[in-house]
Amino acid sequence: MVLKENSAKPEHEDRFNDRRMEVIMGRLLQFGVLLASFVMLAGGLLYTRAHSAETPNYRVFSSEPQNLRHLGGVIAGIKAAEPAAFIQLAVLLLIATPVARVVFALIAFAIERDKLYIAVSAAVLAVLLFGFFRSQ
Amino acid sequence: MTLFTFTGLLFLGSLFAGLLGALTGLGGGVLLVPFLTLGLHVDIRYAVGVSLISVIATSSGSAAAYVREGYSSVRIGMFLEVATTMGAILGAFLATVIHTQMLAIIFGVVLIYSAFLTWQQARKPVPELKIGSPWSDKLKLSGDYPGPDGTRIQYQVDNVSGGFSLMFVAGTLSGLLGIGSGAVKVLAMDRIMKVPFKVSTTTSNFMIGVTAAASAGIYLHRGLIAPGLAYPVMLGVLSGSLIGARYLARAHVSVLRVVFTVVILALGLEMIVSGVAKWF
Repeated sequence: MVLKENSAKPEHEDRFNDRRMEVIMGRLLQFGVLLASFVMLAGGLLYTRAHSAETPNYRVFSSEPQNLRHLGGVIAGIKAAEPAAFIQLAVLLLIATPVARVVFALIAFAIERDKLYIAVSAAVLAVLLFGFFRSQ
Repeated sequence: MTLFTFTGLLFLGSLFAGLLGALTGLGGGVLLVPFLTLGLHVDIRYAVGVSLISVIATSSGSAAAYVREGYSSVRIGMFLEVATTMGAILGAFLATVIHTQMLAIIFGVVLIYSAFLTWQQARKPVPELKIGSPWSDKLKLSGDYPGPDGTRIQYQVDNVSGGFSLMFVAGTLSGLLGIGSGAVKVLAMDRIMKVPFKVSTTTSNFMIGVTAAASAGIYLHRGLIAPGLAYPVMLGVLSGSLIGARYLARAHVSVLRVVFTVVILALGLEMIVSGVAKWF
């Protein structure tokens, strides 16, 4: 049995690498969510304090302020200590988390020299980046 | 209602949606959107935007736990993500041209169908596939998973193009309705591609986050992710789903599952009725 295990095909080595890749990916995702949650919590507490006198109304769609819809505006808002900007930063961190996973997969497949899956990960990354930047 | 009560209500409701989502295996999004629109009268476009954010959080937050089980396949996931992310972008664009009442109706129908799928998937296991499609090895989608006695069980997949197409639909629904559409993803892998059930469900979890990220950016740029809604909802759904996954043993939930399925059917009908009623 043990001998059989040792004489496994090279494909099994790939699978072992895949497993390691997934473990690192899982940690990466967890870290991203944890970081985003902390920023979200801090921003949320500041937001509730700053807007406590207002009555919330989300019945009718009125789009969010222009400056909080893109990265530059969010950074400017954070410099001005605007609570909503911290929440939007957390949102950006959350969106970036799965994207980082795809970037990591691309690197890992490059190390494995798996051309097919380098192309597949690059395609997924391209669609993600298209969605994010094309819509601005 | 003051902001403080509103935020508190949002947090508790989202916590409950996350908890139920984890219990039923449907995910937080499908319960969150009806809660926000029917319960708190939030515009469905805001509800979808904020739901996408919590879907990313839930999927990524539970990823490490799923990896530890050793079933998920990074290759099947990545390959099918090409379809789901493209679908998600189409869904996000469709959301701008479809009327909000129509969105509510589509949501209701998808909710009921998802509940049916999840119930059916848990009940009838797919017979094991003997030989897969030749594309299974060519695209390196064949893999193995840990069996009960510790040995690795090899598997191949079938009907790659069928699964890929249905994944595109799953992505479109995700981008349009702000849900993870895990039920449709499992349908594509488990039923159509004949991927083993545990591999399908764990791989689907990985894909949900990437799919939601593809359309969440578009919602953000359109101003559809409201900060005041985002923080109580995201933190609520995330905590609810983590509590649900960790503390509620699968064996005890079979009775609860039936009760929740009824709740979900009622919510789905309510969404359809609310959409239709506004026309009169």
